Amino acid sequence: MPGLMSRASTIVKAKFSKLLDRAEDPTETLDYSYEQQLQSLQNVKRGVADVVTAKKRLEMQTQQLEQSVVKLETQARQALGAGREDLARQALERKSAVQQQLQGLDQQVQQLEAQQEKLVSSEKQLQAKIEAFRSQKEVIKAQYSAAEAQVRIGEAATGIGEQMADTGLAIQRAKDKTEQMQARASAIDELTTSGALEDFTSDQTQLDRELAQLSSQSQVDDELTKMKAELGAGGEKKELEQ
Amino acid sequence: MIARLLGGDGQFRVGDDVVEALNELDAQGAQAVEAGDEENLHRVLGLMAKTVRERGEPLADDDLSPSDLIIPPDDLSLEEAKELFSGDGLIPDLPVG
Repeated sequence: MPGLMSRASTIVKAKFSKLLDRAEDPTETLDYSYEQQLQSLQNVKRGVADVVTAKKRLEMQTQQLEQSVVKLETQARQALGAGREDLARQALERKSAVQQQLQGLDQQVQQLEAQQEKLVSSEKQLQAKIEAFRSQKEVIKAQYSAAEAQVRIGEAATGIGEQMADTGLAIQRAKDKTEQMQARASAIDELTTSGALEDFTSDQTQLDRELAQLSSQSQVDDELTKMKAELGAGGEKKELEQ
Repeated sequence: MIARLLGGDGQFRVGDDVVEALNELDAQGAQAVEAGDEENLHRVLGLMAKTVRERGEPLADDDLSPSDLIIPPDDLSLEEAKELFSGDGLIPDLPVG
């Protein structure tokens, strides 16, 4: 089995050998290649923007899931307060399932954050190299014979092509990661509303309804107690007056 | 020699002793892939990246020199490593106009 380094080199070089094949008229190739680099840089910028947007959406989704954990906790407390331990247990079980899933997601968001930072630095490197190529191509055009120019173009284009492949890989990986996480967040989201936890499926609303009933019931109970107390106090007064 | 750490770290100039160390680690990395040992693969790739960062001299961003050694990202998954060895080879095609 060949090593990882030699395999990575082979693949990276194979990806941009097509670019070098076009070097027939050096001057033309230089300008053409530069145009192509600028176009590729635009693609890279778009790719980076896409990843940033997807990551933001994912962070929002994670926040929503965190809120649902808080909500389930409150519901469990209410249920227990009303002496409904069965409902409290259901809410806490669901909360723990969501929490477990969220933990993995948090780690992934951190990984994505690191990948994104590297992606931005890779974009910066590509931009710097393209600018260097632009000034070098003018020097090559002005100072070198066709044969020498060919060699120099080959080197410069190899350096750029390698960077393009590197940045392209970074974008691809960040996109894949974002998509995986998006799928995972949606799966957890389903967990809180319907889906995997079959027992909860039908009673997500049922649970809500029962808890709402409980809380309105306890409100009624409270008011009744208060009224009884008032009436009781009034009655005593009357008795005293008599 | 010039080594590139794929995934955003860029290029470094490294001495022969570093190249030797990298070649040794590289062999271990290939073994880890073959054995399906992702933990070991990450350890090895991490060490390779660390070796290059600590013992190499970073190249300026606007340097156009091609690399002699290209090292995969240190968080490469086993699945990605296998992809690297298969037909299309992990790295997306460059847009050729």
